[in-house]
Amino acid sequence: MQLALFIIFGALALGGALNLLFQRHPIHSALSLVVVMMSLAVLYWSLGAEFLAAAQVIVYSGAIMVLFVFVIMLLNAGKEQRTQGSRAAYTVGIPGAAAIFCLLSFVFLSERGALMTSNIGGDLSNGLDNIAQVSAMLFTRQLLPFEITSILILVAILGAVVLARKEQ
Amino acid sequence: MRETLTHLTSFELFLLLSALKVAVVLVLLLLAVAYTVLLERKLLGHIQNRWGPSRVGPFGLLQPLVDGAKLFLKEDMMPLAVERPLFLLAPIIALGCALISMAVVPFGAVTRVSLHGGPGVDLFQIANVNIGLLVVLGVTSIGVYGIALSGWSSNNKYSLLGSLRSTAQVISYELALGLSLVGVVLRAQSLNLRTIVASQTAHGMISWNIFGGLQIVAFFIYLMAAFAETNRAPFDLPEAENELVAGYHTEYSSMKFAMFFMAEYANMITVSCVATLLFLGGSTSPFGSLFDGLLNTPVWNAIFPVCWFMVKVFGFLALYIWVRGTLPRLRYDQLMGFGWKFLLPLAMANIIATSLILAVRG
Repeated sequence: MQLALFIIFGALALGGALNLLFQRHPIHSALSLVVVMMSLAVLYWSLGAEFLAAAQVIVYSGAIMVLFVFVIMLLNAGKEQRTQGSRAAYTVGIPGAAAIFCLLSFVFLSERGALMTSNIGGDLSNGLDNIAQVSAMLFTRQLLPFEITSILILVAILGAVVLARKEQ
Repeated sequence: MRETLTHLTSFELFLLLSALKVAVVLVLLLLAVAYTVLLERKLLGHIQNRWGPSRVGPFGLLQPLVDGAKLFLKEDMMPLAVERPLFLLAPIIALGCALISMAVVPFGAVTRVSLHGGPGVDLFQIANVNIGLLVVLGVTSIGVYGIALSGWSSNNKYSLLGSLRSTAQVISYELALGLSLVGVVLRAQSLNLRTIVASQTAHGMISWNIFGGLQIVAFFIYLMAAFAETNRAPFDLPEAENELVAGYHTEYSSMKFAMFFMAEYANMITVSCVATLLFLGGSTSPFGSLFDGLLNTPVWNAIFPVCWFMVKVFGFLALYIWVRGTLPRLRYDQLMGFGWKFLLPLAMANIIATSLILAVRG
């Protein structure tokens, strides 16, 4: 069951990601990204991280992507022009992407033994109620990263306010 | 009958009963949608000192069926300049999301049916999910795409303006809505809808979250935000007729229009169900266990909670309609100011107060 879910929604996520790149209209690309995020949410759920799945749907597909679509609608963005692509993309981008792909596959293949036996989800795996566990984790062992992320978001909000404010 | 059923394994029985539950809930929900429309027309009529629909059937009770037939038989127009795939997808998203959230709502007390012993299948809830409340919120937030895409793909300025308004409004009020529920979750210590209902059962009406739980402020915020989320009066700016023709569904006709229409009413029912579960004690009796001695048989114990649930949902729907018949529409800046400057801070203050009280009580 879990394997079937993984195959279906993994394929859906990949298909959505490719569609995101190949679509020429911004709205279609944004909607493909929504498909990717929803499939990721299903994958999280099948791993037992149901709170993470719900947060993924509510925050990413429900709030952030709606804002993306909203902005695209507001700007009435048209189809984009096909270009040949910049030279930097060819000289740096393709080798870079290939290098990252190689690195990741190397890491996953060499650590395959360890990954097989490890408990995916780690601290979250044993509970019926993983919200309590997530919050306990966030406010004890992960407190510093959590607070730093909050400050980062606060800075981003301030930046947005400064940018959006009209000149007096 | 019993012989054929005992051959099934417990998984097959689960599958069969789940499919049956889905079918029954879907049919009842669509019927409820149709009759909520009639209820609204009747109540609005009486508020405005007229009869409302009264010609088709006794008291106009067959009016929804005739309306449905009319919408089915109308010509399905497809405007030329629309973005076809998205234009067709939008009403499906809207209605689909409106119907899906019903899957986690518990309609009655826990009533298990099993043949081989074991845990059995709960009759009055399709799926008892640990994060039921978040599922409802998530599905609602996906439903925005239906409105946003319908406006954009229609290629019509009124539709686009209507859907822009609606999207902005729903995003703004979703924050207040979500935050208003945190107090309830803090009290119940769970996101499971069954557990939340169970946390309000102790003494009947007094221990409902709205009274005994001191969550009346949260209920008020939820009420306002829910009206805005479902695009209902006094927050029905997305379809303000005098400015936008009909808003986001201007270009839709026949069944595609009907799907938006049904989605709006199905959302109203979902919102009423969630309000009932979170603030009004779900399917529990308002008298607590006062009358438990009367009619104490398994069948009545299963039926009474469902009746209480329906009475509460009906009351909430009547409130919806009453407000629509009473209040004028807000202006757009008033709407945004109210959401961001009043409801949101109030919701945060409510969370802080609730958690302080809970912490002091230990």
